[in-house]
Amino acid sequence: MNATSRLAIAYGVLAGCSRAQSALHPAGPQAGRIAALWWLMFWVSAAVFGAVVVGLAIAAVRGRRRGQADVTGAPVANGGDEPGKVAVVTVCTAVTVVVIFVLLVVSVMTDRGLAMLATHDPLTVEVTGHQWWWEVDYDDSTPSQRVTTANEIHIPVGQPVLFKLTSRDVIHSFWIPNLHGKTDLIPGYVTRTWIQADVPGTFRGQCAEFCGVQHAHMALVVVAEPPEKFQAWLAQQRQPAAAPAEPLAQRGHDVFVTGPCVLCHAIRGTIAMSRAGPDLTHLATRGTLAAGTISNTPGHLAGWILDPQSAKPGALMPATSLGSEDLQALLAYLGMLR
Amino acid sequence: MSLAMRAPRPVEEAPAPPPDLRATLARTWAEPGGFFGWFMNVNHKSIATRMIVTALGFFALGGILALLMRLQLARPESRLIGPDLYGQLFTVHGSTMMFLFAVPVMQALGLYLVPLMIGTRNVAFPRLNAFGYYVYLFGGLFLWISFILNVGPDVGWFSYVPLAGPQYGIGKRPDVWAQLITFTELAALVAAVETVVTTFKMRAPGLSLNRLPLFVWAMLITSFMVIFAMPAVMVASLFLATDRLVSTQFFNPAEGGDALLWQHLFWFFGHPEVYIIFVPALGFVSTIVITFARRAVFGYTALVLSLFATGFLGFGLWVHHMFATGLPQLGLSFFTAASMMIAIPSGVQIFCWVVTLWGGRLRFTTPLYYVLGFVVIFVVGGLTGVMLASAPLDLQVHDTYFVVAHLHYVLIGGAVFPLFGALHYWFPKLTGRMLSERAGKWSFWLVFVGFNLTFFPMHQLGLMGMPRRIYTYLPQTGWTLLNQVATVGTFVLGLGVLAAVANAAISLRRGAIAGDNPWDADTLEWSTTSPPPLYNYAHLPTVNSRHALWTRTPDQPVVTGLRTDIREVLITDAVDARPDHRQHLDGPTVWPFLTAVSATIVFVGAIFTPWAVVLGAIPVFIALTGWFWPHRSTPLPGPARERLRP
Repeated sequence: MNATSRLAIAYGVLAGCSRAQSALHPAGPQAGRIAALWWLMFWVSAAVFGAVVVGLAIAAVRGRRRGQADVTGAPVANGGDEPGKVAVVTVCTAVTVVVIFVLLVVSVMTDRGLAMLATHDPLTVEVTGHQWWWEVDYDDSTPSQRVTTANEIHIPVGQPVLFKLTSRDVIHSFWIPNLHGKTDLIPGYVTRTWIQADVPGTFRGQCAEFCGVQHAHMALVVVAEPPEKFQAWLAQQRQPAAAPAEPLAQRGHDVFVTGPCVLCHAIRGTIAMSRAGPDLTHLATRGTLAAGTISNTPGHLAGWILDPQSAKPGALMPATSLGSEDLQALLAYLGMLR
Repeated sequence: MSLAMRAPRPVEEAPAPPPDLRATLARTWAEPGGFFGWFMNVNHKSIATRMIVTALGFFALGGILALLMRLQLARPESRLIGPDLYGQLFTVHGSTMMFLFAVPVMQALGLYLVPLMIGTRNVAFPRLNAFGYYVYLFGGLFLWISFILNVGPDVGWFSYVPLAGPQYGIGKRPDVWAQLITFTELAALVAAVETVVTTFKMRAPGLSLNRLPLFVWAMLITSFMVIFAMPAVMVASLFLATDRLVSTQFFNPAEGGDALLWQHLFWFFGHPEVYIIFVPALGFVSTIVITFARRAVFGYTALVLSLFATGFLGFGLWVHHMFATGLPQLGLSFFTAASMMIAIPSGVQIFCWVVTLWGGRLRFTTPLYYVLGFVVIFVVGGLTGVMLASAPLDLQVHDTYFVVAHLHYVLIGGAVFPLFGALHYWFPKLTGRMLSERAGKWSFWLVFVGFNLTFFPMHQLGLMGMPRRIYTYLPQTGWTLLNQVATVGTFVLGLGVLAAVANAAISLRRGAIAGDNPWDADTLEWSTTSPPPLYNYAHLPTVNSRHALWTRTPDQPVVTGLRTDIREVLITDAVDARPDHRQHLDGPTVWPFLTAVSATIVFVGAIFTPWAVVLGAIPVFIALTGWFWPHRSTPLPGPARERLRP
């Protein structure tokens, strides 16, 4: 495994590999099992490929020599299936069958392993696909304790998390390569997948089913953190948005609730309650904007509000024209949504 | 050297052939010339040549789209091509390559070669054959004109609902895709029926099934696969079209429809489709290996059974395209097993070819280069195929560039390399001229290196998390360098294809004269002139082994007793190819063309209004009436069906 990893790293370094979205750098048991299966398949395949190419090369060189020695000879129409050759082909076929069977068994065992993460009464996250962003709901038996956010999922390290996935529009696919393979989000279905992170870290995922013009910019971030830190984050997310204290933010609040923003977005604790677009209650705590496309800085946020089509052509968010003072006020307000 | 020059020994008591046999046959089988005559031609070689040229034209167009996509992906966040156009690019690229290039070009080579290889004069239904070509041509033009008018489909060659459905599919774009399916599947079914009937009923006496050339076996099995697979996608695209046109709700979950139903129907067709492209290529490989190893292939029976196994198993794997849809795990394991199993017949075939080469006396010509290149590339594609068959591993690499790499390894490596080999191999027969071997090998190496440079890095990209069908990516993903390597590779590959085209263009005028059998090959088509006359053979040949020309005796019998003043062919029985009766084939007419035109009016009109189906039925009815109008000149069925044997 060491040599393998080094090879992978060497290739990765040459290729400028980023490890935050890679199936070859597992950070949890699910991706780990699949990566182990991958390396098994890789080495078996490499051996088979090598054997076939060597066999082919020898056959070609030998056949060529025979051909050069006998340029004009008549073709052999009755070249029988000589016993020696029959044996070779039979053995090769038998080996193929055995290899395939072994791989099948390992694959089924891996599948079983993937199913073993399920536990009773787990942390449950509902993810709903939208063109082109992710709605994220943390389930709770008490409705007021439910948390809605978007495009950024926090999970506690070392705990299995159940994801319930569905879509409101077209088919998307939920994929965090470092943690697990894909599960589709299909309208009319609720699909499930279990994920666990064994190490803290930030992992990037991306929609893996073509879902329209901005499929390329439908990413999400998974933040795996120690359980206590996660609980603190969850408790904070449960709070409604704080009321703005200073006048600039107050004005920003007014711009938000009297302008077009309120038609699509919700900020809990205000009159903004639409769920057509991402929930913005704690926008300032998120690392990215526009579904993992740009980092969440005031400059990017301003650009995104004024002209979303520039960063994400075809996005469903329309451009908003704001005077500079209104814009500054709105940025101040959104910036305090912690 | 033609059979007519030998002393023919009649199969049955028959009048001696008239001395001006060739002139009579040429007159009987002549096709009308001139501009209008072009639309009346029903000769299988003319129609198939048009189909090959058309398909290669679409291959070039699809390739240009690939170059554009690679240019867009050469830099992160590139603004060269917007997301809207990119969606059309990859959809039209995929649809063109699958529906307008790969399947038709294989069927076209079959339509050209099968009647020659089995020793008859035309396909079983010459007019239907012409109709099939025009439907295919109009379907292709329809897609490309739509694309140029910015109405190209943009939801992928698989057109998943609901994205392609009435709510999310923009304008008429998904309708264009749905009707493209109607066109091309109709054409594919026509060609399949032609191939099956021709192969079963029109073989030369002595060419029993156990002597059938492996290429003919491959085309026969492919044609059966077409007949079973295409109806599924025609139903699916019809459902999609009616969902969009008249608000049926087959795929709308809000109204009791089901989004996954589409995927089952599509992939029930879609996976066999891959083998429909791949199985004829296996036939090319066997043919080329036999000729250039100058010996009988090792394991003829094993090869035929492997083709059968591939054809059957190909229908049991479709769910491996749907592993991520949350289906029950037991079912997934079943499809994992079925998908892995198909590696076994593929392995058997490769072993048989390697052993044949081992015991052969090889001539290293361009076709053989392509076959060797095929084995190397296809083995990689087959092995990644085994990986994709594993449900858990597929969850990681599904819908990533790993799959893009895999599918191009199996489709370019598995089908296009043998196809290029086949085109180099049969070019002398089709044109009468040899290709330049030196240029052929140059183009082979460019294609081989360019191909691997393009697609090998994509395996790594997929594992590094790059999904398919994204028009751009962020710089921090670290995918830039490998994408640039792939883009460079694409241009090398393109250069190789250009070199092959130039070779063909120059050789067409200046190539050495080929003669009847430049390769000393074993199948019947090499016994007639290059290019073959309209009637294929002066005397229909007989066959005494699997390698007809290698074992032909000086007094090999030929078929006599067929009328030469009308288009008459010999019908033989399905298994042993014993002469059964004589059959009159139809001659040139414009009606298949007019029928195709009226069908096109219906198909295109149905995108806009359901009334097109009702009103469009009128010209279709008129055209079919004209087509089937009885003519006095047609001989009555009685004498033409006179039994040659009780």
